[in-house]
Amino acid sequence: MAATLSFHLTRFGSHFPLSSSRFNPRFFCKQRPQPLNCYISLYCRFSRTLVSSLRPSPRRAFCVSASASQELNNHRNASDERYDVIVVGGGHAGCEAALASARLGAKTLLLTLNIDRIAWQPCNPAVGGPAKSQLVHEVDALGGEIGKVADRCYLQKRVLNVSRGPAVRALRAQTDKREYASEMKKIVERQWVETQIFDPPKIYKDFGLGSIPRAKSISNTPNLSIREAMVTEILVGKNDNVEGVHTFFGMKFYAPSVVLTTGTFMSGKIWVGRTCMPAGRAGESSSQGLTENLQQFGFETDRLKTGTPARVDSRTVDFSGLEPQHGDEEISWFSFDPNYHIEREQMCCYLTRTTKRTHQLIKENLHETPTYGGWVEAKGPRYCPSIEDKIVRFQDKESHQIFLEPEVGVCLNSMCRVLSDNGFPGFSTGLPEQLQLPLLRTLPGLENCSMLRPAYAVEYDYLPAHQCFRSLMTKKIEGLFFSGQINGTTGYEEAAAQGIVSGINAARHSDGKSLIVLERESSYIGTLIDDLVTKDLREPYRMLTSRSEHRLLLRSDNADSRLTPLGREIGLIDDMRWNTYKDKQARISEEKKRLKTVRVSGGNLAVEITEVSGQPVKESSTLENLLKKPHVQYKIFDKHGFGNDLLSRVEKECVEIDIKYEGFIIRQQSQLQQMVHQQHRRLPEDFDYYAMTTLSHEAREKLSKVRPQTIGQASRVGGVSPADITALLIILESNRRRAQEQRRHQLLTSVMVNGGQEVSGTHIKEATNT
Amino acid sequence: MLVLKKDERLGNGEVSCAEPVLSSSTIAAIVTSLGGPPGAVGIIRLSGPSAVSIAARLSMVVLDSHGNVIDEVLVVPMLSPKSYTREDVVELQCHGSEVCLRRVLRACLDAGARLADPGEFTLRAFLNGRLDLSQAENVGKLISAKSTAAADAALAGIQGGFSSMVKSLRAQCIELLTEIEARLDFDDEMPPLDFNLVIDKIHKMLQEVDNALETANYDKLLQSGVQIAIVGRPNVGKSSLLNAWSKSERAIVTNIAGTTRDIVEANISVGGIPVTLLDTAGIRDTDDVVEKIGVERSEAVATSADVVVMAVSAADGWTSEDERLLERIQSNKSASSSTSPVVLVVNKIDCASSSCEWVDALSCSFNKHVFTCAVTGQGLSDLESAIVELVGLDKIPAGGRKWTVNQRQCEQLVRAREAFLRLQSSIEEEIPLDFWTIDLREAALALGQISGEDISEEVLSNIFGKFCIGK
Repeated sequence: MAATLSFHLTRFGSHFPLSSSRFNPRFFCKQRPQPLNCYISLYCRFSRTLVSSLRPSPRRAFCVSASASQELNNHRNASDERYDVIVVGGGHAGCEAALASARLGAKTLLLTLNIDRIAWQPCNPAVGGPAKSQLVHEVDALGGEIGKVADRCYLQKRVLNVSRGPAVRALRAQTDKREYASEMKKIVERQWVETQIFDPPKIYKDFGLGSIPRAKSISNTPNLSIREAMVTEILVGKNDNVEGVHTFFGMKFYAPSVVLTTGTFMSGKIWVGRTCMPAGRAGESSSQGLTENLQQFGFETDRLKTGTPARVDSRTVDFSGLEPQHGDEEISWFSFDPNYHIEREQMCCYLTRTTKRTHQLIKENLHETPTYGGWVEAKGPRYCPSIEDKIVRFQDKESHQIFLEPEVGVCLNSMCRVLSDNGFPGFSTGLPEQLQLPLLRTLPGLENCSMLRPAYAVEYDYLPAHQCFRSLMTKKIEGLFFSGQINGTTGYEEAAAQGIVSGINAARHSDGKSLIVLERESSYIGTLIDDLVTKDLREPYRMLTSRSEHRLLLRSDNADSRLTPLGREIGLIDDMRWNTYKDKQARISEEKKRLKTVRVSGGNLAVEITEVSGQPVKESSTLENLLKKPHVQYKIFDKHGFGNDLLSRVEKECVEIDIKYEGFIIRQQSQLQQMVHQQHRRLPEDFDYYAMTTLSHEAREKLSKVRPQTIGQASRVGGVSPADITALLIILESNRRRAQEQRRHQLLTSVMVNGGQEVSGTHIKEATNT
Repeated sequence: MLVLKKDERLGNGEVSCAEPVLSSSTIAAIVTSLGGPPGAVGIIRLSGPSAVSIAARLSMVVLDSHGNVIDEVLVVPMLSPKSYTREDVVELQCHGSEVCLRRVLRACLDAGARLADPGEFTLRAFLNGRLDLSQAENVGKLISAKSTAAADAALAGIQGGFSSMVKSLRAQCIELLTEIEARLDFDDEMPPLDFNLVIDKIHKMLQEVDNALETANYDKLLQSGVQIAIVGRPNVGKSSLLNAWSKSERAIVTNIAGTTRDIVEANISVGGIPVTLLDTAGIRDTDDVVEKIGVERSEAVATSADVVVMAVSAADGWTSEDERLLERIQSNKSASSSTSPVVLVVNKIDCASSSCEWVDALSCSFNKHVFTCAVTGQGLSDLESAIVELVGLDKIPAGGRKWTVNQRQCEQLVRAREAFLRLQSSIEEEIPLDFWTIDLREAALALGQISGEDISEEVLSNIFGKFCIGK
């Protein structure tokens, strides 16, 4: 092991332990294995020149300056295409990964099967929702793109779970999926045309949809190329390190970091009823060959299934009897960057319900569905079930809610925002096409609808993510990263969250920097990845608020103060954004100070607070005390002139949450502290679990397979019992004590030896330090 | 905290290789006590994968390595997993003398076993999931138990009375957590939460924790026992009382006032609790140097005892000397701020000249009063039940909950209790559902610490303290 270890050290060049806390971002530098002691300031955004001058590497030869002209040269000399990072797949994971990587200065290539389907939303066109919105906020706080695009392309926005506490509050946006895709495509393309002026999207011009987003272009990354290609092979070097990819048409692209975000495309098959065809999505061909290639390298693969709802022509829907669902009057935003907060007119969603006839029809035809008919074995998501799953699993429920979501089409009459078709989340089904229309017509309002596209299920290959580290680099092949549905997740937000992490790490890896890991307790992103790599998941993974044990600390409103300092350190947050962030934090902390000092005696405010809270107000109470009373909100201060106009609505909310729930937050923090110390105890990489007779047989097997890095991870591996964890802790502690004993012994003997030669104590200290 | 401080590919540079301490060795030790007079039978226990083969090598007649016969033994195999440690266990019952035991143990060690560390059998039982932490803690209690009730309580602890209560409480917390958390994500698909039911459940759990906490006091009594000081003016029958109570002739009894000059101790058991009776010199003003010291000691003992029994003579009635003595006891008590109860024992009831109506007038000065006759033993059972009531033993249901709670467990129970109380107030203040989970989780954590299902630093050090490992 010692040999491999030092080998890793030299190969990685530099390992900077990166640490960050909410209030006090700091970097520690660790000694390099080389005879050089190099302390690089990480606030310097690209330490590239310094690194490459220290450790010249042939693979960096092309990366120092990438320009359009060089691109052209590369195209001419195709066999020589070298990059720092190659991202395979242009979905929500791929886009975040490519953008993050390019913005960090890595010369990046994005390979996709279809350039016009970048960041496509094949299922219901919505971003956010419970737990998922936290992911979007977090990606944005790190400097990602999904939040900004969703803010720009929303058709309707609603904050869900308002009354259920700040930790579970969630923003959801219905989006215009065509606009979304074209926006993302522009952003990705713009990364290498620095001077291009931002053009408002055509759709706005044509249809005059309110205000035109004129977001100032603030990030220009001149080194992201896009290419259509189907990757069939991973090129692997002698040291089990990735060297590039090989495409179907025989091209080879080289890079020391490759990110695979294959989504549902790897050996994808779509099913409608009993009929299937190879495809990644309706109308798009699947990718073949890569699975077999990965299997050859020893990767374990498996199949998963997910569904997408039917579309109906909205002109054939009778909305008059349906319950409308309007957007919020006060719009909330995913992005913390106020430059992207541009309001637009909203559309309405409608609610309908399944009826007795719906249920009857499904029950009669269960044998016709892939899962219950038994011809698709791949597991579907339990948390986003198809309508037949819902009806089978919740037998006693007479009716299920169905959403009719707007989806703006390209062929609309101008000025008239008629929905051209509807997505049905929760109405995805695997029934044969001839049964789908009768089924849809059992729903109130859809009695005469015409179906534009049937619902279908898609089945695809994924790689159980215990084969990845928490940096999303695979354990088997150095420099190879997996992100998104390939890791077994479902959802655009989950994909984007993994994408930004793998993008950052791919760029850092190609640059010889240490990889970044978000701890479980730091964020939903961290929780997501930790779950993926430790639990042996066999069904699509969807983010849920209940998956985070410390969600009160991981709220939407504090995603920026949790992660933006880290984003800044990594290099994805520019000066402007950083200043915005710092100003906001300063205003919040000033306001909290003010509320502590301003006192109120009597008056209308006190009267109303007594009324609202049902508690008496003491003489000269501070505003802080008043805010802590039940049901009292900051709004009351505004109403009686005790508010602070300098603060935005969101900032006031932050102040309110920090003060109102202070006790709970402190308690959860102390729970966390208690746990973290134990959970972050590291497990040696070369632990021989099979030799530990105090572990159960199942634990020995599972731990050997997953090879967790910490005790906390080990405890989350399925089949590992609390007794096993106790045994592990005891083994660790005994080892520690024994090592300590040995060191003391060595020190003693060296003192004895040196003592004979009359060497002073200080010399011994120096000797032991080196 | 938020971000890993090291590159994960680097691994844990310091720890080179981890050979597990608890390898698959077979351990052996003498498990019956040594040092006292030899018992008829002594037991050597072997535990581990080669326990059976070692025992087989020794055979029914234990031979040493030279083939000499050491002893004839009975071999009792208990195969994995149905044994104390869940490993293969063999017990060798040999003759009880220390020489025999040591020679047989020697032979086991020669045959490949390793001498067990103190507590290692229990440690293995714990690590193999046979016992949880609170059960393992009770093994130590059982071994050092002083009275039957203490042994019963420890045994009940091992059998899991307490830990099954804690486990079920914890399970209830987690179930409630799941119920609430499921609604955070899937409210539409779940039946609405029955708030009254939840509040009811929380109230019940709180009740159980409270009950468990009451036994914490009992545990202390079981472990350290109760000290009862018998005080009074000379010649009221204190020594006779001690003798009659302890059914012995520990104290010298004469008609001469001032016979007892030093503290005389006798050990008895009241309601299963070890009790030490302390007979003291009669308290009076005296010029006798020795008796004076005796009186000082009596007062000192009276202030530190758990219960003070003040004896008076029914023949003499309530005298002014008794009055003065009571004042002294009470002023000593308030000076040392002790709260130990004082029982009035009216002795020599058989010699009572008149009805003892004066006793009722004194009832506010004493916690209880009892009429006894030390010579006939009359009233002693009344005295015992008075003591039982005063130290709070009557709250422990006889035959019901026998287990007890130690200091560590008590702290966690208090933590769980506070969490439940906060939870109740959160519900009253109509704080959103999500916040309930924080205190529920806190309670679950605290309860998990008791059974060792959640391991904290404290639990870990407890394990290391208990089982002498890793030294």
